[in-house]
Amino acid sequence: MHDAIGTGGTGGTGNNLEIDVAGLTRVEGEGSLRLLVRDGVVQEARLEIFEAPRYFERLVVGRTPDEVIDIVARICGICPVAYQMTAVHAFEHGLGIPIDPQIRALRRLLYCGEWIESHALHVFLLHLPDFLGYPSALDMAKNHRAWVEAGLALKKVGNQIVELVGGRAIHPVSVRVGGFSRVLRRSEVERLAGPLTSALRIALDTVDLVTGLEPPSFDRTARLVALRHPSEYPMNEGRIVSTDGLDVAAGDWPSAFEESQVAWSHALQARGRDGNPYLLGPSARITLAADQLHPIAAASLASTGRAAAIRSNPYWSILARAIELVDATAEAIDLVEAYRAPDRPSTPWQPGPARASWATEAPRGLIFHDYRLDEEGHVAEARIVPPTSQNQAAIEADLAAFAPRVLALPREQATHRIEQLIRSYDPCISCATHFLRLDLETVP
Amino acid sequence: MAGPPPAPTPHHAPRAATPRRPRIGVVKFASCDGCQLTLLDLEDELLAIAERVDVVEFAEATSHRSSGPFDVLFVEGSISTAEQAVEIARLRTVTRHLVTIGACATAGGIQAIRNWFDHEEVRQTVYPEPAFVDSLALSRPVADFVAVDAELRGCPISPGQLREFLVALVTGRRPQLPDEAVCLECKRRGVVCVAVARGIACLGPVTRTGCGAICPAYGRGCYGCFGPRESANTASLAEWFGATTAAPDVARLFAGFTAWSGPNRTAIDALGGPPGQREAEGRSGDA
Repeated sequence: MHDAIGTGGTGGTGNNLEIDVAGLTRVEGEGSLRLLVRDGVVQEARLEIFEAPRYFERLVVGRTPDEVIDIVARICGICPVAYQMTAVHAFEHGLGIPIDPQIRALRRLLYCGEWIESHALHVFLLHLPDFLGYPSALDMAKNHRAWVEAGLALKKVGNQIVELVGGRAIHPVSVRVGGFSRVLRRSEVERLAGPLTSALRIALDTVDLVTGLEPPSFDRTARLVALRHPSEYPMNEGRIVSTDGLDVAAGDWPSAFEESQVAWSHALQARGRDGNPYLLGPSARITLAADQLHPIAAASLASTGRAAAIRSNPYWSILARAIELVDATAEAIDLVEAYRAPDRPSTPWQPGPARASWATEAPRGLIFHDYRLDEEGHVAEARIVPPTSQNQAAIEADLAAFAPRVLALPREQATHRIEQLIRSYDPCISCATHFLRLDLETVP
Repeated sequence: MAGPPPAPTPHHAPRAATPRRPRIGVVKFASCDGCQLTLLDLEDELLAIAERVDVVEFAEATSHRSSGPFDVLFVEGSISTAEQAVEIARLRTVTRHLVTIGACATAGGIQAIRNWFDHEEVRQTVYPEPAFVDSLALSRPVADFVAVDAELRGCPISPGQLREFLVALVTGRRPQLPDEAVCLECKRRGVVCVAVARGIACLGPVTRTGCGAICPAYGRGCYGCFGPRESANTASLAEWFGATTAAPDVARLFAGFTAWSGPNRTAIDALGGPPGQREAEGRSGDA
């Protein structure tokens, strides 16, 4: 038998450290980590992404907008709604299709479901075991069963929302250009009220639980980027803003950022046009849109007194996710309460040429899609920029900044701290890899 | 690399309950992680299942790692790189029951659409530096490389079928996985036929059930993500669609998540290829 915990190899003493984690665990998809410190100076800090390429930008060529909605979901089994929402809004905006307010509300409810499912998965099954010292949630359940059960119950409510609105929990089927494939009756949507009430209670308890954790101390100033909407917490629409004053329309992503290829990753890395990395996700959203949180989530955040810590210490992303769990459940409760079935499932529309660009907030951060539709209304070209490929450069910058702090620690503990840091960003490697793998040996 | 061990009949489930807890692994190749996530989506049963088996390899869920042996190995994803072809062969030699999960592993997945395109053209379209890209010309199902003992279909797999399979595993009985058309599920569910009543193209008659007829229940046609049922007559259905729809648009109906499986592939070929092929020919002509 060849069993072990982790596959990390570490070496070096004093001012030298070499950490290679060949297969990162408790992340979505396949990636590895390489950190090399010599004489106290970080030589390399790399998040390597070696997930096999699937060529999605090419697969959608020749397809209709509705087919694209089905196909792009398959980029990620954890956040398919993020891909569907970004694509459907891009097409509707590009083709000038108006959307019924109740359809808009249902889509927000669907996205809340995905946030709850994805954040609960990350907080309880992927990240909390790091803080409490277990290799997995299954092991953690031996001593903390009630918490694992609560986390699973919360995750289940997120999945119930996606299943009801979308038809199934993973790769939902109902999202169509113009609306949905059928109208949901109010009586169907009301069934979510009971489960959501329990979910909100669990989410509030989760904030208390994670506020009491003791993450490693690490303060840095990162450039944070998120959508911002005038009247609601960012999800399906808004302008792209940053902690250093950026403010552009969502479709203008390419005016502010650019992708470049690095040798050690299958994902293109995105940076600002100034060459600087930036970070997306729950901590960025809390920092840039705390004033738009649902009042229950805003009060919960205030009670922790850790808004500043969320901004400066990436390990506190677990608290940012917990606050967003409160926000998404509280909002879902309001959406269910206010729902009235629309007269028709979707707005009729005509296929045709268009440029369709849009950004939404996936659980892991801002996601950008850009399609060119030809005369027949089929995709001629596509560009898909998921959150993790945008976060990659910022993760590596944080890794390099944090590495000197673990030099004095025993090797295993140092590796653990570094892996825990990587998991703090909830990297979704399946998403990031519509791009390339390559051999380290080819790097000069 | 040694060949696979004498394999049980395909679709033959593990029978005898072993006295010790079975060693379970979950691995992935080219895929979205959605099928393995379905395991974690069994929220009500997950902890009880974990008490009856040893999960020794499941990178998405645990930092425990193992390269084998496995009593049961769940394999997600299609084989699309040379490295993956080597790894699946190795895994077969250390696995008693190899179970493929989902459309990528059982049929090649949506990424198999590129099998109709020129490999170089695809690489050049997506990658600035195609020279660095390591992929095989085809994205293929696991069964093209090694013997498979059982499969769970779907994109993603159905939580109900996964639950049934796991219960059968820990109790040592054969799982009940139906091979009938989605149409029967529609009838049982009381869903009005979208093809007959609304004229919507639907792959239900040729597609294996298991999803619960979700798409017709949500007012749209089945798009075949569980793949063809046994002896599916896709040619006849394509002809029926063709009475009212142009051939390229009939082809696109079959060119979905299980496009590369035999009956769908035949239908697509007969209709001149999947959408995007014309573009492929144009581009490679330019190159």
